[in-house]
Amino acid sequence: MKTIQEINEKIRSGKAVTLTAEEIVQAVKKDGIKKTARRVDVVTTATFGPMCSSGIYFNIGHATPRIKLGGGKATLNDVPCYAGFAAIDLQLGANALPDSDPRNSIYPGKFAYGGGHVIADLVAGKKLPLKAEGYGTDCYPRTSLHALIGLQDMNEAVLFNFRNCYQNYNVAVNSSPKVIYTYMGILMPEFGNAAFCSAGQLSPLLNDPLYSTIGIGTKIFLGGAQGYVAWWGTQHNPGVARTEKGVPKVPAGTLALIGNLKEMESRWLVGTSMTGYGATLSVGVGIPIPILNEDILAQTAIEDREISAPIVDYAHAYPETKNEVLGYVNYAQLKSGTIEWNGKKIPTGSLSSIRKAREIAHELKNWVEQKKFVLSEPVGTIPSADSGYRFHPLKQGNAKE
Amino acid sequence: MKRMKVVLHFPKESVDKPLVYKLAKDFGLFFNILKAEVKPEEEGLLLVELEGSEEQCQEALKYIESQRVRVQPLSKDISMDKKKCVDCTVCVSLCPTQALEKDQTTGEVNFIKEKCIACGICVKACPYGAMRITF
Repeated sequence: MKTIQEINEKIRSGKAVTLTAEEIVQAVKKDGIKKTARRVDVVTTATFGPMCSSGIYFNIGHATPRIKLGGGKATLNDVPCYAGFAAIDLQLGANALPDSDPRNSIYPGKFAYGGGHVIADLVAGKKLPLKAEGYGTDCYPRTSLHALIGLQDMNEAVLFNFRNCYQNYNVAVNSSPKVIYTYMGILMPEFGNAAFCSAGQLSPLLNDPLYSTIGIGTKIFLGGAQGYVAWWGTQHNPGVARTEKGVPKVPAGTLALIGNLKEMESRWLVGTSMTGYGATLSVGVGIPIPILNEDILAQTAIEDREISAPIVDYAHAYPETKNEVLGYVNYAQLKSGTIEWNGKKIPTGSLSSIRKAREIAHELKNWVEQKKFVLSEPVGTIPSADSGYRFHPLKQGNAKE
Repeated sequence: MKRMKVVLHFPKESVDKPLVYKLAKDFGLFFNILKAEVKPEEEGLLLVELEGSEEQCQEALKYIESQRVRVQPLSKDISMDKKKCVDCTVCVSLCPTQALEKDQTTGEVNFIKEKCIACGICVKACPYGAMRITF
């Protein structure tokens, strides 16, 4: 019915109609699928939450004399970087911790500062101490380096997250008699609370459940800058059980995202500490969906009550990798603050910020309306439900522990 | 005159005793119940504001403690740094007194200080360091 080029022409002439994934629900209720599909060109989706497989790679520039960090060691603000690439390319993951952090030896650990906080500090414009050691070569004779370095001092600084935007997620509960500290937050004993982590009807991959418009090369909002879908994410698992509309009932697809860290903003990249679990980074992502036909529009009109998430026991089933689901609840129930399970009312809390996701969806909508953002044509597809692609557990082989 | 906020933790066996009534009748205190969670056969929790002379307050608390009720003075203070809060609602489901509430229209998390018993769970739970405790 429409092509991405036609939509881009409308964006450039200021005539494109853009709605957020929440607004489209109301529009379809009022005018129906047919009329709305003709009228609306773009639907903006978004999510904001802790995304642990986030990280940066950066190039620090050559020191005089030269030092080779590849195969050596490096820390940024005491947080270890990965130094397994060329002389002055480093990588830093959101979960990295200073050697001096006591971890969970003082239980539950606070994890007050880690890789995610370093990334947030850099984006906030802070200069941080870099300490590095190399082993010295004929062409890179130097063996140690101390420098104070900020984002603008780096040649390239790129946010490269190899798993973001989980398509649906578990609802975590605790069946045990003691408090547990998890990546889903603090879980109180005997089903005292339930934690979920998805923007539901606003979430990117729940609005394009079979990856028909989102693909490799899709231009997106990443941390306040324009970034791209680089690949599908790690643990991508499209072949799970789905509803008639193709919406996964359990965690399924994921995306790998990339963008220029130098252009990002503090409010969309926030250092995060999960008591008893670790440090990470909360990331704001927005993805536009081009309304190419009625089917695509119908998928974006999905509502929270139509999306179910599995309740999983993080005291037993999760750590023991048992595929046990205690039941299903929908996102309308989860967002209301209470779910009912087994005759018990359980208060719910979200790790994902719906308020922030809503803001991102509006920001991306503004970009399109102000002609600052045109859509890109994907250059490759993401393995879908019928691809046979799956996420499998580790085969340990005969390795001795 | 003295005003103080205390949290009274009742053991199961004391839940059915009219202890708070005695605070008024025998010790002449004014009291205002700010939060109550008292169920038969379960440990109870009462957040009360007491008003009376220093002596009356001390005597009353001594009596309450003699009845195996644990008294927790509210000397700690919790505050929320709105600039750090991302409105994720992690704290909302953990707060035992509903002092943290989500506004269903805006999605914002609000801190209602009057309901807070300073248990500190939100400080531990907040991934963004937005909840602070001061002594």
